[in-house]
Amino acid sequence: MGYFSTLISINYNLVSIDSEKALLQGLASHENGAIETIYRENYATIQAFIVRNNGFPDDARDIFQEAMIILFEKAKSSSFVLSCQIKTYLYSVCRRLWLKKLQQNNKGFPAFELLEETVSVEEDLEGHEQRDNDFRLMEQALMQLGQPCQGILEACYVQKKSMPEIAEAFGYTNADNAKTQKYKCLMRLKKIFFAQYRKGD
Amino acid sequence: MEDTLLLDAIERYRSGDMSAREIAYFEELRKNDPEIDQLVVNHMAFLHQLEQHGERAALKQQLNETEHRLAGEGVLFNEKTKGRPAIVYLWTRYRKIIGVAAAIAGLVSIATASFVSRYSSEKKVDEIQPLVDRKINAVTSRLQQLETQVNSSTETVNKTTKKKPVFEANFRATGFLIDGSGYLVTNAHVIDNARNIIVENKKGEQFTAEALYADKPSDLAILKITDTSFRKVNELPYVFSKNTSELGEHIYTLGYPREEIVYSEGYVSAQSGYFGDTAEYQVSMSVNPGNSGGPVINRAGEVIGIISSRETNADGVVFAIKSKNIYSVLRQLDDSMNIKLPTVNSLKGIDRMQEIPRLEDYVYMVKGN
Repeated sequence: MGYFSTLISINYNLVSIDSEKALLQGLASHENGAIETIYRENYATIQAFIVRNNGFPDDARDIFQEAMIILFEKAKSSSFVLSCQIKTYLYSVCRRLWLKKLQQNNKGFPAFELLEETVSVEEDLEGHEQRDNDFRLMEQALMQLGQPCQGILEACYVQKKSMPEIAEAFGYTNADNAKTQKYKCLMRLKKIFFAQYRKGD
Repeated sequence: MEDTLLLDAIERYRSGDMSAREIAYFEELRKNDPEIDQLVVNHMAFLHQLEQHGERAALKQQLNETEHRLAGEGVLFNEKTKGRPAIVYLWTRYRKIIGVAAAIAGLVSIATASFVSRYSSEKKVDEIQPLVDRKINAVTSRLQQLETQVNSSTETVNKTTKKKPVFEANFRATGFLIDGSGYLVTNAHVIDNARNIIVENKKGEQFTAEALYADKPSDLAILKITDTSFRKVNELPYVFSKNTSELGEHIYTLGYPREEIVYSEGYVSAQSGYFGDTAEYQVSMSVNPGNSGGPVINRAGEVIGIISSRETNADGVVFAIKSKNIYSVLRQLDDSMNIKLPTVNSLKGIDRMQEIPRLEDYVYMVKGN
């Protein structure tokens, strides 16, 4: 087994390490091409695994998206080191996520396993659940916040637009007015978010 | 208003827009006022959260778009990835329901089976088939008529040809001699309602016969050949067993399921017959309508029984009347008939292939109408 995995890693080092790195960088910077390539190379395997283990193709879609988000967050973090192939990583994550879902739904353990190498992804998944929860809370808070606040905050913090640009887009007379409005919105959002957060606890 | 100023300061601090002096002042402020420091940490985390949310929302958007595009190209959710495991996931998904359905189906079939067997048990007699061939082929009898016509026409040319009686049989079974002077045994059900009886040997010689005695309970009948052309046989080669045969004893029979004599062999399966009838054996052999009344002979050349019936819905379940019943039947007959069962067994110890030619002359086809 050790010999076998050594062979794989040698092969991997020689052939695809650069292209895989490039793919991950592309993913981290939201490049459509990189995302598409990862989908093309891995989606069918994941779907086969899930569909043969009590799942529908739609389940495969959700699980794969979740795995892509985890990979994306991993790729973005500064401490990220590529320790295995993207293929292996995605399969390991999807497998773990799906097994967890099966257990939650009491659908039993999988009868079917692909003969794929897996790596330990527990650490990555631990933080993921919390982040996923936060993401949903933020989404709800933003929805509750409503327009134009939501738009202003997204323009500022997500699209990183400058205050004069925002003032123009949202019809404020000057950047300072827009800024004042932005902070009001931000404080309201914070209030809603933490209120929900406490409710959730 | 102070809040807004602080938020602005935090943001400028985060994005590195502050001058060195401002940074020093800001950090000093945080150090001296834990409350402000807490607020700063809190707000920075919140901003990070907000930014992450934005990123993730953007990524989700991208993933959806990619999926949509690839689905359009047939790369995702195409027939191959979707269709192949369909049965597998249908099975895994619905196996509980399938299980329940199968259980119900099982119960229904068991209930039906028990219902059917309960109500059909009273009619079980119908499952027994007497082995008389009452469906003698119209073609066969027509052939016989033609043969007779030909015979009678040649008679005018050649007077020496023996005349066969014109006879249209509607049943056919088997019988065999128990006394060389022309007494045969067969089944009582064979000659039921028969007006005329004819026996025919392997050579095709026909003799008229009459029923001397028919005993319905034991299903045995004694026939007497009345034809004057019949020549007596001095000694029959077989004897009649008075004992009960053991299970597994090898046996054979000769009979007329066809117009030609047919050999069949098997073994004794049970010492009682249908519904535990101790007057019969259950034997396993292949017999057909027409075999009724045939002798069941063991290896020692003893007649152990007379074929009578078979179970229609089971294979190779045949019933044979035990030969000791012949003795009790004969006791009921008039002494004047003086029927003597053979006492010398000349079949004993000889090869089956040589045994049959010596035996088949005494096994007759019993026909009638």
